[in-house]
Amino acid sequence: MPKFETYGGSIPGVQLDELKGWLIVIEGTDGVGRTTHVSRLRAHLERLGYAVGETGLMRSGLASRGIRRAKQGNTLGNHAYNLFYATDFADRLEHQVLPALRAGFVMLTDRYVYSLIARAIVRGANPQWIKQVYSFSLKPNAVYYLRIGVTDLVPRVLVNGGFDYWESGMDIPMGEDLYDSFIQYQERVIQQLDSLAGEYNFQTLDATTDVDELAEDLCQRVTQLLESDQSKALESVEPA
Amino acid sequence: MTPSPPALEAGPRTYPGRLFVVEGVDGSGKSTQLTLLSQWLRSEGFTVVFSEWNSSPIVRATTRRGKKRMLLTPLTFSLIHATDFSDRVEREIVPSLKAGAIVLADRYVYTAFARDVSRGVDPLWVRSLYRFAPVPAEAFYFRIPLELALKRILSGRPSLKWYEAGMDLGLHIDPTESYRLFQAKIMEQYEQLAPEFGLTAMDATKAVEVQQRLLRQTVRRHLKGLYRRTRTYAEV
Repeated sequence: MPKFETYGGSIPGVQLDELKGWLIVIEGTDGVGRTTHVSRLRAHLERLGYAVGETGLMRSGLASRGIRRAKQGNTLGNHAYNLFYATDFADRLEHQVLPALRAGFVMLTDRYVYSLIARAIVRGANPQWIKQVYSFSLKPNAVYYLRIGVTDLVPRVLVNGGFDYWESGMDIPMGEDLYDSFIQYQERVIQQLDSLAGEYNFQTLDATTDVDELAEDLCQRVTQLLESDQSKALESVEPA
Repeated sequence: MTPSPPALEAGPRTYPGRLFVVEGVDGSGKSTQLTLLSQWLRSEGFTVVFSEWNSSPIVRATTRRGKKRMLLTPLTFSLIHATDFSDRVEREIVPSLKAGAIVLADRYVYTAFARDVSRGVDPLWVRSLYRFAPVPAEAFYFRIPLELALKRILSGRPSLKWYEAGMDLGLHIDPTESYRLFQAKIMEQYEQLAPEFGLTAMDATKAVEVQQRLLRQTVRRHLKGLYRRTRTYAEV
């Protein structure tokens, strides 16, 4: 049985049984500390001897420039943005994630389709449609959802450079100013992520926990996952 | 301000305007027919808007980059064209239809269905990608024998581009031969799409003016109630 499967769709020309490695997703809204935890996790896994790769939204060679350019003028409609993000995602899946998994890497992914689905739904996309669009994506081995409420999120965002236009949903203004819109928008995004958490089996972690404690918890969970897979693999090689 | 509603996903919506589509392989003569149709409709006083495949100004730079550097896979080829198309739907096609215009589209979602499936993309998935597209009043499929279409294209074109020739599929090392094989696959897809989506088949081997007469006859049936302006002084 292949180690990986998709959410129902297919990736043309890709044999899923060639894929080894692990796909680990860190999800959570903007400013929750994903970047910190990804880099801690990476250092930890490399110490243990695992080869680690990283990817995140808008890092594709194909579409990231175009999306950035489009955002400057806020000139694309909702469907076009959603599909542009899907293009970026697919390019990274095929050019970053799949090669790493073929080579047996641990691929750490800073946000995955779930954030993209959540932001699309908040902007009015049909949930069924946007989930179908991403049905070609691989099911990760684990999704860790760093959960935070808006009240705890605001001070973090303020000390880290303030409210971002897009992360405040200013393209669909929801309040009088950036602050109001941020609160409204983030509440809806978090609400969507919460509902996806059940549907897609996230492991939800309280992101208001002390950063070192949370990092350790995360490292432990991932180590356990990798080691249990390794021992399973060994059993299948050595007959009892 | 509330976010705009999810445009067309609730199923086929009707707008005051009309959408007409021409489809078919390269060299089937569909663009010639569409141009003639638009001249006629304009002279009759209708408001006509032209929409071409692959023409969104914002998305085009990315498509070009992907093609030039050969970054596109069947999956991303499909998605970037859907992105381009959705931008045109949202900025050009739907607003024009709402305004009561006639929108003429040279290639539409069926082109994506035929091409992408020929590249190995899941047929159901690609159909679902385009679910937001308005349903045309009439979509014409210009049916032509493969050899005739190939002769028209290959005689007038110095060289074929990589993706145009379907070189990414590895069908053949010679671009011309690859193009033949790719076009044959696309044609096979069109033949399936025609009954599935009720495309109106046109015999593209007939004389241009004969086809045009048929086209106008069919289109005329959909024009009742559409806004027509009287001629301006400049046109008298």
